[in-house]
Amino acid sequence: MSKHFYITKEPLDVNVVVEKVVHPHAGAINTFIGTVRELTNERRTLFLEYDAYIPMAEKKLAQIGSEINSRWNEARVAIGHRIGRLDISDIAVVIAVSTPHRADSYEASRYAIERIKEIVPIWKKEHWEDGEKWIGDQLEKTEYPSGKPGKENLDD
Amino acid sequence: MINVLLFAGLQEKVGKSELSVEKQEVTVDQLITHIRETEPKLDLSNVMVAVNEEFVNNPGQVIREGDTVALLPPVSGG
Repeated sequence: MSKHFYITKEPLDVNVVVEKVVHPHAGAINTFIGTVRELTNERRTLFLEYDAYIPMAEKKLAQIGSEINSRWNEARVAIGHRIGRLDISDIAVVIAVSTPHRADSYEASRYAIERIKEIVPIWKKEHWEDGEKWIGDQLEKTEYPSGKPGKENLDD
Repeated sequence: MINVLLFAGLQEKVGKSELSVEKQEVTVDQLITHIRETEPKLDLSNVMVAVNEEFVNNPGQVIREGDTVALLPPVSGG
């Protein structure tokens, strides 16, 4: 797959994402791997199901790449996100960022995952032993005060 | 006719992946009001509208036949 920003139904291969950002100017490649967690607030997850608005999600991932390019000099970014049914410890998202110096690669990687949780149309459904639910807002992050993204979250 | 794509919980609630709205031109606000009436089961309180794969902030924005419209619940990827 040649795309730098993609949604896939297949298992993610970390190396495939990393290879997309290899560059002679890079002195660091930071890789973030998001995996399926079994316990959230002491509730046991059996598996997750992800849905996405694929063309828009890929566009928004690419937008995050552009945002990173405008903030961190010479950064290269690739992001893959898996959808469908994922079991515990399966990889849901891989972010690779290469930059000339290491500090930027950490910061840009963190920026990418936070932005994914704000603007990329992907949804997660938790399946527990005693029920299931589409997750609309994640407790580990600040909710939008107005209940939806503000203009600052949406601009290109 | 305007087709409106549904995802995640919205899709499950109505049991289909898109709604057909028998209008040629409608504002975002009018569209939401229309869907609230035709699909009362749907909770649209935190839903965002995307037109041609971009979030719409202006409720007065006009949607025309041929535009790609989607209702997006709060996202939870990553």
